[in-house]
Amino acid sequence: MSNDSNQNAGETGEILLEMRDVRIEGWSDEKWNPIIKGVDLTLRRGEILGLIGESGAGKSTLGLAGMGFTQPGCRITGGSIVFDGVDLVTATETEKRALWGSRVTYVAQSAAASFNPAHRLIDQTVEATVSHGIQSESLAKDDARILYASLSLPDPETIGERYPHQVSGGQLQRVMTAMAMSSRPDLIVFDEPTTALDVTTQVEVLLSMRKIVEEFNTAAIYITHDLAVVAQMADTIKVLRYGQEVEEAPAREMLESPKEDYTKSLWSVRALHKETQPSDDIVLSIDGVDAAYGRGLKVLHNVNIQVPRGRTVSIVGESGSGKSTTARVITGLLPPMSGQVTFNGEALPPELKGRSKDQLRRIQMIYQMADTAMNPRQTVGEIIGRPLEFYHGLSGKAKEQRVLELLEMIELDESFYDRLPSEMSGGQKQRICIARALAAEPEVIICDEVTSALDQIVQEGILKLLMKLQEKHGITYLFITHDIATVEAISDEIVVMYMGEVVEQGSKDQILTAPFPEYTELLLSSVPEMDPDWLTKLAEKRGQEA
Amino acid sequence: MNLIIMTILKRLALGVVTLFFVSLIIFSAIQFLPGDFGEAVLGQAATEETVAAFRRELGLDEPAWRRYLDWVGAAATGDFGTSFSGRASSGVDRSRPVVEMISSPLKNTLFLAGMTAIVAVPLALFLGITAALWRNSIYDRVINAATLTSISFPEFFVAYVLMLFSTLWWGLSANATGINDADASILDKAYMLILPSMTLTLVIVAHMMRMTRAAIINLLASPYIEMARLKGQSSLRVILRHALPNAWAPIATVIAFNLAYLVVGVVVVEVIFAIPGAGKVMVDSVASRDIPVVQACALIFASVYILLNLAADIIGIVTNPRLLHPK
Repeated sequence: MSNDSNQNAGETGEILLEMRDVRIEGWSDEKWNPIIKGVDLTLRRGEILGLIGESGAGKSTLGLAGMGFTQPGCRITGGSIVFDGVDLVTATETEKRALWGSRVTYVAQSAAASFNPAHRLIDQTVEATVSHGIQSESLAKDDARILYASLSLPDPETIGERYPHQVSGGQLQRVMTAMAMSSRPDLIVFDEPTTALDVTTQVEVLLSMRKIVEEFNTAAIYITHDLAVVAQMADTIKVLRYGQEVEEAPAREMLESPKEDYTKSLWSVRALHKETQPSDDIVLSIDGVDAAYGRGLKVLHNVNIQVPRGRTVSIVGESGSGKSTTARVITGLLPPMSGQVTFNGEALPPELKGRSKDQLRRIQMIYQMADTAMNPRQTVGEIIGRPLEFYHGLSGKAKEQRVLELLEMIELDESFYDRLPSEMSGGQKQRICIARALAAEPEVIICDEVTSALDQIVQEGILKLLMKLQEKHGITYLFITHDIATVEAISDEIVVMYMGEVVEQGSKDQILTAPFPEYTELLLSSVPEMDPDWLTKLAEKRGQEA
Repeated sequence: MNLIIMTILKRLALGVVTLFFVSLIIFSAIQFLPGDFGEAVLGQAATEETVAAFRRELGLDEPAWRRYLDWVGAAATGDFGTSFSGRASSGVDRSRPVVEMISSPLKNTLFLAGMTAIVAVPLALFLGITAALWRNSIYDRVINAATLTSISFPEFFVAYVLMLFSTLWWGLSANATGINDADASILDKAYMLILPSMTLTLVIVAHMMRMTRAAIINLLASPYIEMARLKGQSSLRVILRHALPNAWAPIATVIAFNLAYLVVGVVVVEVIFAIPGAGKVMVDSVASRDIPVVQACALIFASVYILLNLAADIIGIVTNPRLLHPK
């Protein structure tokens, strides 16, 4: 999809899918609530349309509706969805089944969950093609092996004989693309296909998906919340919010001059930037730490990290690089095999049990999933009140007063005092978790992927709050994340980890400017940029190097 | 593959250990029964000397641990000792080896269990799968209500109702008195056991059918099921090919549980239909304090339980591709 060729397709191609004033409702809280409130969508043959929006915008629901599919508990209440002359709203189940898996196919977000654990990959790849009678099983399997090869899967001849649990997430996602391509459909719906992948894996998957869609001139709806990713894939981008269209424009135009403020806010975290301030006052020091789970393999090898007081140190790396394990060693949840953690010049006892209440108080933690980090049956007052009681012995009026102060610090009003976690949004819940950490009056807060589960605008709010608190109270953050944009936005220092080792540590400016060590280079260059040609350039560059 | 064999061997070893503990429990439970075995067997008229002699002869005067070791050691070689019954205070000894006493009833019980299983298990699977396929339909509701009703009645009630209908209206005059005749063929025996088998089927189908339905429906919300639908697969194929292969473990557990019940829990049905089966032997021997028979039956029943659960575990393991095809 070089953008020039597809702009032509976008204007002149024959219309493949036409959605007019589509309305969809979902059943929740004992009533039907609108999810999609009258959206139009036109897709021509060979065109790629990016659907972008935050969680709850209705982009997946709309994408699936483009196939005539509604998830259980949803219903289409109005409008028309015409796919190549067939109205999918009025079509029978049998008519739609004849299209699904043959002319329209689907690539889901979680490849691991979307493959049946009981069957071999190649059987699942060709299942639809064979059951629709498009090709015989042996021909379809031959073709699948060719698709595997063109998607750059390792061992394309034999990888199909494996079971889903035997290959990695990135590979599974490519096998799923092969599965979607097996019947040579007219339309593929990609539903957040790279969201669950590491950035370095994401690049490879994006490249192979783009290549194959281009090769067969297949039309596609590409659903994502990441504007930089969609910019690499789509000819046209449609922004959705609250089930309505915000704006639609060719990809290039959208990135250069978005019309709506809301569209701009979709990359708000990228606009945040913190000036680096050096400091020599080390509050927390991790020296020569090796660690393993149980008697298993070592996951940390000689990790050394210095955390200066009142600053933000980010630990970045892919999943499995040992970021969270490092946090567990610092908090005492996982005693190291060797090495030690020094806090304020004193060695911390390796195990949680050995630490004094005061040592525990000074290091607090905030987690990725605010949902699971709070007791769903406790009110905000109880959740924040607990550390006040435990560490500071507060009770009664004094405790209540302090909780209200803390609520003010995290920019929530008094009405939250009696709320349950289920009565708050994701961002509000994460704020409560921050308040709970603050209640202990810690010196260091470890933030483990605290913004990964949140939308961009909400992320921005949380990050701004964290920075404000740092300025005011001099709190030190150890920020664990895989998102480079977040790192850019908040850190003073950066630690790059890979396979349980520290690859590099230094000030942000030092780490983020060339020259880079090999792995840092790979990691940084894999982060999608707001440039529609970024992926193409990257592929060329890497192609040349290889 | 080696991983699987290792796991299965581990489970087998665990089964043997379980059996050992069960034997301990059986033995000590019987030690705690009140009263003197000698007196109970010989009757109140027996003199103290005869009771003492009797106890000595049976080894009841030995310490408990010694008797336990003797019993377990012999049982391990298939020798369950000699029955207490058949002895009289007059000194005449018509007692028989336990194995001889229980082998024929046990065969009858296993025959009835096998015959019931052949009908009930496929029937339960069929009903469960179709109920899951047409879930929340009239069909589903009728099947659910019907099986729930049949499991809610006590089995003797189901048995008598069946007897009433079959004998009065269908002229089916099956009874199991001739089951031990030497010239009865398998078909004859099966005919004799039709009613008890139907009773047991009605009792066990509900549990297995409901588990099959629940296990399948539980999986229908999985992303891979949605993916199968989006590949245009028919509902039946989605259930048979995509849901069922991942649902075997819980279904097998419930089937094993019910099959075990067919062997060890059928005494009521055996009594009603006058089938000379293992359950009846055990109840009779408890009444007459025939300790070797009680112990033997308990141990055999325990083994059946352990074996069937082991089989369910193994099915759970071999249908799990993560274990069958390790990374």
